[in-house]
Amino acid sequence: MLEAFAVSMIQTSAPLLLAALGELLVEQSGIINIGIEGVMLTGAFFAMAGAYFSDSVAVGLLAALVAAVALSAIFALLAINFAVNQVVAGTALNIFAVGLTGVFYRRLFGITGQALTVRTLAPVALGPLARIPLLGPALFDQNLLVYLAFLLVPVCSWLLFSTRYGLGLRACGERPEAADALGLAVYRLRWQALMVSGALTGLSGAYLTLAYTNTFVEGISAGRGFVALAIVIVGRWEPWPMAASAILFGAAIALQFGLQALGTVMPYQLFLALPYLLTLIVLGLLGGQAQAPSALGEPYARP
Amino acid sequence: MSWFKALVSSRPPTRAGAAGGGGRSALAALLPPLLALLIAFAIVSVVLLALGASPAGVFGALIAGALGNWLAFAETIVKATPLVFTGLGVSLAFQAALYNIGAEGQLLAGALAATAIGVRLEGWPRPTAIALVLGCGGAAGALWGAICGWLKAWRGVNEVISTIMLNFLAVELVSWAVHGPLIERSGAYPRSDPIAASARLYLFLAPSRLSAGIPLALIVAAAAYLLMFRTTLGFQLRALGRNRRAAAFFGLPIRRLTVCAMGLSGALAGLGGAVQISAVTHRLYERLSPGWGYEAIAVALLAHLNPLAVLPTALLFGALDNGSQAMQRAQGVSPVLVQVIQGMIVFVLLAVDKSATVGAGAGAPGGALEPAAGNLEEARVDA
Repeated sequence: MLEAFAVSMIQTSAPLLLAALGELLVEQSGIINIGIEGVMLTGAFFAMAGAYFSDSVAVGLLAALVAAVALSAIFALLAINFAVNQVVAGTALNIFAVGLTGVFYRRLFGITGQALTVRTLAPVALGPLARIPLLGPALFDQNLLVYLAFLLVPVCSWLLFSTRYGLGLRACGERPEAADALGLAVYRLRWQALMVSGALTGLSGAYLTLAYTNTFVEGISAGRGFVALAIVIVGRWEPWPMAASAILFGAAIALQFGLQALGTVMPYQLFLALPYLLTLIVLGLLGGQAQAPSALGEPYARP
Repeated sequence: MSWFKALVSSRPPTRAGAAGGGGRSALAALLPPLLALLIAFAIVSVVLLALGASPAGVFGALIAGALGNWLAFAETIVKATPLVFTGLGVSLAFQAALYNIGAEGQLLAGALAATAIGVRLEGWPRPTAIALVLGCGGAAGALWGAICGWLKAWRGVNEVISTIMLNFLAVELVSWAVHGPLIERSGAYPRSDPIAASARLYLFLAPSRLSAGIPLALIVAAAAYLLMFRTTLGFQLRALGRNRRAAAFFGLPIRRLTVCAMGLSGALAGLGGAVQISAVTHRLYERLSPGWGYEAIAVALLAHLNPLAVLPTALLFGALDNGSQAMQRAQGVSPVLVQVIQGMIVFVLLAVDKSATVGAGAGAPGGALEPAAGNLEEARVDA
């Protein structure tokens, strides 16, 4: 049973981690994208739509990527080129995405009342490693997106902290005026970060409909985008601590089902509230934005 | 006063809505929001065409549904009322550069408190019962907001995340209440008993759902305006919003103001929830709010965060909400299209109207005078 919980825990943390890593790149470049919840939802919907009409998971993933990147481009245009208030733009993105996916969903699929199912990503067992007791299936018998999420942790760590590119990106997040004066293309670097983040967040949304479940329901993201934002903060803007936090929050979400199955006397709403409560408590205990990139959230317009 | 003027002197000339007047004519101030509305509707029309729906048909159905006859217009006003309260709450917080995305949860907290009290007030004198119900609603909302204010002021927690988390918590709390302690006597549905007749706001012009909640909303809007632009507290909140570090430097009690602003903002939203229970639904149930708390953000921005301007913008969005049901029946387009419209309005507004987010980092580069609004790195200042 513990083995099943471990599998479930890794499965719920993967989309959180993907989105959080994307957001990490964006925040290190100085932009805060509250809208990743909306991008995730969009990725989830278009993944389902793509897979449904083509009966192919790959097409679904591609559709999710395209839609998510396109939506992120709207945000990028506003936040970077128009230098608007990023929090407000991100919130509008969420509202817009809920509306867009809702309208398209009902237009394309109607209100049938029955769940539309699609093909899902199959797990890929990594040979004998998958047979290790307790942790084997959890770590080595998951689908490709899970492996991608965890593989990206060292990749992002290396990219941000061991390359010139990463240094330049972080410079945009610390002091864009100085980066600009030194000749770095601040707008271009921020756009790149947002496009990559859009792709990763789109994939994390696609995971929800193409792997975690096999269908789409309105609001399927259920606040995971905001939990991803919290993961970036709790992980102190560094990939490895973020991975640990993602597993923690993933465990909280997975725990919902585990505890409900146990049939305890506590009201089920408490379990549903658990991830959000945990996020709040962890943030409250750890506090502080002290390690945030200095210019995070400040609109920067090239003079 | 002079230090504040000195601070703002090198900023661009007066922003519309900054002080209910300023140097620009009212007409010039109206232009960017109207332009934003036009562009937004144009883009939405394109989306509709892509979906195979007729923009003229859809907008026609929206307008007819919202304003077609006096009953529809009355319902538009009823639907706009919670938006006024939440819109006021959001404007107040945003003026202090506190991004209160939690109006949804604060409204639910107010509704929950109102119901919990309201069902027990059988036989009480009506004015007292109503005052009690509304007061408890406001207090509950204030608490819900103040928690996030405290977390921000003393623990540096980003209020965007904390308010959103409390939204989810409020939803679960209401769910638990209507399935459990507050469930109706018959236990048939997950909803509360109706509140006592003495706790209900006065209705008029039946069969419409117009109530005393509407003049209350007008009074509260006027009070909010006076608070923001004619009192010391309002001045301090706006100063906090324009330049947090400068405000701290000049001795304003930053932490207390943060908690106060979030508390007031939550109180307004909570009051809105209480009014909704007392005047319209009379009971609590799940999915009470179709997203008023989030819609309030668009309402507040379109109003340039000015409490008096929240009244017409709330009416506009109330009309959209009311018309959306008719639109679905007539054109087969999901009512959530109004959220596409809302989001688009905010996008376009941000792009074309630099005064929309007054004092909240509207984007003009200003070096040392750049408002710390939006900057998540908060130097903890003792106040």
